[in-house]
Amino acid sequence: MTDLAVSIPGLQLKNPVMPASGCFGFGQEFSEFFDLSKLGALVLKAATLKPRYGNETPRVAETHSGMLNAIGLQNPGVKQIIQDELPFLDSYQVPIIANVAGSTVEEYVEVAKTISQSSNIQALELNISCPNVKEGGIQFGTDPKRSANVTEQVKKVTNKPVYVKLSPNVTNIVAMAKAQASAGADGLSMINTLTAMKMDLNTQKPVLANVTGGLSGPAIKPIAIRMIYQVRQEVDLPIIGMGGITSSEDVLEFLLAGANAVAIGTANFQNPYICSNIIDELPSTLEKYGYSSVQNCSAKGVTE
Amino acid sequence: MIKEEWMTIVQNKPLALDTYEMILSGELADFIPDSGQFLHIRIGEGMTHLLRRPISITNVNPEGKRITIIYKMIGEGTKWLKEQQPGHKLHVLGPRGNGFPVEDVKYEKILLVGGGVGVPPLYYLARKLINQHNQVITVLGFQTKKAVFYEKKFAQLGNMLLVTEDGTAGFKGRVTDFLPSFRDEIDRYYTCGPAGMLKAVTKCMDTIPGFLSLEERMGCGIGACFACVCKTSDPHDHKGYRKICKDGPVFSAREVIL
Ligand SMILES: Cc1cc2nc3c(=O)[nH]c(=O)nc-3n(C[C@H](O)[C@H](O)[C@H](O)COP(=O)(O)OP(=O)(O)OC[C@H]3O[C@@H](n4cnc5c(N)ncnc54)[C@H](O)[C@@H]3O)c2cc1C
Ligand SMILES: Cc1cc2nc3c(=O)[nH]c(=O)nc-3n(C[C@H](O)[C@H](O)[C@H](O)COP(=O)(O)O)c2cc1C
Ligand code: FES
Repeated sequence: MTDLAVSIPGLQLKNPVMPASGCFGFGQEFSEFFDLSKLGALVLKAATLKPRYGNETPRVAETHSGMLNAIGLQNPGVKQIIQDELPFLDSYQVPIIANVAGSTVEEYVEVAKTISQSSNIQALELNISCPNVKEGGIQFGTDPKRSANVTEQVKKVTNKPVYVKLSPNVTNIVAMAKAQASAGADGLSMINTLTAMKMDLNTQKPVLANVTGGLSGPAIKPIAIRMIYQVRQEVDLPIIGMGGITSSEDVLEFLLAGANAVAIGTANFQNPYICSNIIDELPSTLEKYGYSSVQNCSAKGVTE
Repeated sequence: MIKEEWMTIVQNKPLALDTYEMILSGELADFIPDSGQFLHIRIGEGMTHLLRRPISITNVNPEGKRITIIYKMIGEGTKWLKEQQPGHKLHVLGPRGNGFPVEDVKYEKILLVGGGVGVPPLYYLARKLINQHNQVITVLGFQTKKAVFYEKKFAQLGNMLLVTEDGTAGFKGRVTDFLPSFRDEIDRYYTCGPAGMLKAVTKCMDTIPGFLSLEERMGCGIGACFACVCKTSDPHDHKGYRKICKDGPVFSAREVIL
């Protein structure tokens, strides 16, 4: 029997597969398709302090082997999420990770504090890397000092483990990861989307109302693998890896490059069963390449 | 309840200018409660196309377990659809969304207004309304004669008025030029078409109960990603938005801002 279990700070995962934030809502829609208890964990859509409407539409565009999104962190606000969205997940045996966003350090702190009071939440993921909002998000995520400050302040108000979601829109990802390690992050989550754009030949204008959006999907997988590998060489924090995963082979690739667990985003749109399918296929893929457990293969491909 | 299926293409043939009619066969045809719902269709092999394409259900024939869709070739996705041969299978999620509410609609006089590829979902709707003893008047708008389709099928179901912008078929003009004459005789209306047309139709019909079907670019198509939202008209609505894929695509004309 292949052992899929993974243990990272605050999280005992029965397998390393979770849906990525923003691509799975608050779970309910996907429960139509498979039993959410099957997931290693479930990452919620970003929460801000107040309700946010987000950007104008169009908010998505397809690109080759990828897509652009500029949702703009639409969400009902942290209080409403706790009240209206979390109770539904009570009936499932799955650890829940809350994705925390904000425009100011104070907002990150308030959201983290509020959502930490909810006993169903096992860990926080700090979204300092959203490329689609005017303030906050990526402004923190591209500056090591400012991003470390967010983490330090949030750590003061929560007893849940804090995973920091890194932006790939930087020249030195290792410096960002090191800043997080010093700031007391419990883990890293990488990568968020890459800032990108598409033009519409008919209107001769950008397709997205927000002009730019975040590129995700298989198109960004090689970048994610490279960044995880580089960070794993120099930083010991556990890594939840993501960016273009569509198969159990991709999961193995992320694990070998240094990820401890993985998240699946865009692929859920093409196939709502993808997380479930990958969990089913993972044991035989690991076996095929000579591994009897997930823990064994994590970072096996990384040279010091 | 079926949520997805590899449906077999029975037929895929040109219907009008850049417009194709496809018949799909599968179990799913038995599970389409409402007109105005859509299929979310996977495009291409492998991972080149990650986003499915939403296409309305034109007609359902449960005896033969068949669904008809009509699509216009716009870009890469619909071009790929056009190239698929009978016998091949398409992966569809469906039926998605909330369709036209018709449950208690009986013995009414109803106006249907369709523009271009907004016409398809009105056909299944018209059939349902007729079965429930309503009288249906249809106004169909197209750009030009070559783009016209299903005008005869609608004519078989009741009064049908055909309008083309260049006057090459039917009356010359836009559908809204012809609506005022119906305003006083109808009990309600249903409409689907380009955003500009929907706006004009709802404005013209503002005193009459109406329902419209909206389009927006979609990510998931199931309500999880917030790609397809529109704003609500009620300033006291606590959410302030609706998801077109899950709450819609059909809304009461009073519910949303166009
Ligand atoms: C609920 C609903 C029902 C629809 N029913 C029909 C129908 O019955 N017949 C028909 O011909 N068309 C219909 N459409 C429009 C149809 O989805 C688009 O024309 C189609 O997705 C274009 O895909 P493409 O790859 O050919 O075009 P591209 O422009 O290459 O597509 C690029 C991306 O934009 C999206 N997109 C482009 N135009 C639209 C649009 N108007 N609406 C939504 N997404 C769009 C595509 O889905 C794709 O993700 C419907 C749309 C919605 C939302
Ligand atoms: C539509 C959409 C919405 C997203 N929303 C969020 C979000 O709210 N918070 C966040 O941290 N990441 C968000 N992301 C980024 C994903 O969680 C993930 O990091 C990224 O898409 C890369 O993974 P993928 O290629 O598997 O999609 C979003 C991505 C998409 C496509
Ligand atoms: S397309 Fe994802 S919420 Fe509608």
